Amino acid sequence: MNGQAITPSPEMLPAIPGHSSAHPPRPAIPTVGLVNGFFEWFGGLGTFSWRVLRAAVTPPYEWRELIRQLDEVGSQSLPLVALAGAAVGAVLSMEVRSSMARFGATSILPSAVVYSVIQEMGPTITGLVVSGRVGAGIGAELASMKVTEQIDAIEVSAINPYRFLASTRILACILMLPLLTVAADASGVLMGWVAQTLVQPISFHQFIVTGFAGSTLKDFLPPTFKTAVFGLIIGLVACFQGMRTRGGAEGVGRAATNSVVLASLFVILADVVLVKLILVVFQ
Amino acid sequence: MATALETPTSLQDPEEHSRPSVVAVEDLFKAFDGHVVLKGIGLTVRRGETLAVLGRSGTGKSVLLRLIVGLETPDSGSVCINANSIAALSLDGLNAVRMKMGFLFQHAALYDSLTVGENVAFPLEHHRRDLSKSERGERVNQLLAEVGMEGNLDKMPSDISGGMQKRVGLARALALEPEILLLDEPTAGLDPISSGEIDELVLKLQRERQMASIVVTHDLHSAKTIANRLAILDQGSVIVEGTFDDLQQSTIPFVQEFLSHS
Repeated sequence: MNGQAITPSPEMLPAIPGHSSAHPPRPAIPTVGLVNGFFEWFGGLGTFSWRVLRAAVTPPYEWRELIRQLDEVGSQSLPLVALAGAAVGAVLSMEVRSSMARFGATSILPSAVVYSVIQEMGPTITGLVVSGRVGAGIGAELASMKVTEQIDAIEVSAINPYRFLASTRILACILMLPLLTVAADASGVLMGWVAQTLVQPISFHQFIVTGFAGSTLKDFLPPTFKTAVFGLIIGLVACFQGMRTRGGAEGVGRAATNSVVLASLFVILADVVLVKLILVVFQ
Repeated sequence: MATALETPTSLQDPEEHSRPSVVAVEDLFKAFDGHVVLKGIGLTVRRGETLAVLGRSGTGKSVLLRLIVGLETPDSGSVCINANSIAALSLDGLNAVRMKMGFLFQHAALYDSLTVGENVAFPLEHHRRDLSKSERGERVNQLLAEVGMEGNLDKMPSDISGGMQKRVGLARALALEPEILLLDEPTAGLDPISSGEIDELVLKLQRERQMASIVVTHDLHSAKTIANRLAILDQGSVIVEGTFDDLQQSTIPFVQEFLSHS
């Protein structure tokens, strides 16, 4: 990350005559810099989150920008999310089928596909796809606005950029992720059925009835709505990375990359915590 | 610290001395990462007056404007707008002050996802909700006509030249009818004809609106044309302030060198 000293590895250091190679000089580890950077980043994120929250709950509300962002995050991501969901459904159906066939349990294939897609694969794939598409988009857009002084121009126009730019984007991510997850789940289940029926024909109605047999809403609602947290993470990290950018084109590229990498990482980590939380609370 | 301040201000009109300061900067210090950029700057600008701030690159001219508009916070010293220190203001209070200021950025800083018309309408949509859509449209057309950009309403910023972008930036800065106009390098990167046009435009606006203006520039010719007073910054301090004639009579070597190279 920025400003960190590069510590050469022993292999990079020139050989010193008479110096035993068995005990190469120990390079200094930039631990202090890493720790400082870690706390600085999270401290910055905390301050940023507080400013966004305060701006989001006080009027005037930026309805028009919010609607624009709902379209940008939702409608524009829909085809990609649906495609990813469909691919996961098809692959899952094929893989599970071959495993189940070994135990003669192909009859539970619809349930395996439906549960796997809706409880885990759909939400996770949606989170990761949106991290990539929307995270990079928001990170790059805001970073570009930052380095070209457009965010400063908003501020000197007496408009709060945390309200106008950040809160609208974060809220759009929070609201759209569960809806996109439903789309990913639907296309996943549909393609799971297609993959199944190509091998062993079964009606879609039969597939759905068998798949959802014995399930209740609490099996499906928590995994779907947990993606609102993914949306919060994606929006927050991408806006934070974008609005703290420094430097020209290089800074914009770095902001986009960091937005995707960090948002994806935090989505995966949050998923672990949320799955455990859902299991504890709802089962 | 640089050399002592030369006798400032020899305003032609004695009445101008009696006008209250609209912008007053006192003993302003600002450092970035240990590098001191401004060292005790003090300046005042009255209504209807234009002050040009000149100096070499990196002497803190743009930082001074950013401090005045509250985009940066000073390490010490004060910025007063209409006798109110902006440091003591809440965000809402600061925004109320900002609405009295128009700011033209060095590279215009137009919103690249919006058209020319939408850029100019942007402050109006947020702060003049009392205006109907047609009234806002009329106001945008009027502002664009004022800067000679009528007929470019639907163009994107990337489709117009740098000089045109500055004109649009100026129209956007004027949208809320500010009392104070801050211009950061308004003629930088422009050909002499476009620079002259921008100068004429600023002069026309001064005549018609009687705003207090601060122009940060490298362009001595432009400064001489549009400003009542000029201040030269060197190493973070104002080393001379006065009319162009005062500057010409200055014995400070840096001022002489600056004037001879401009």
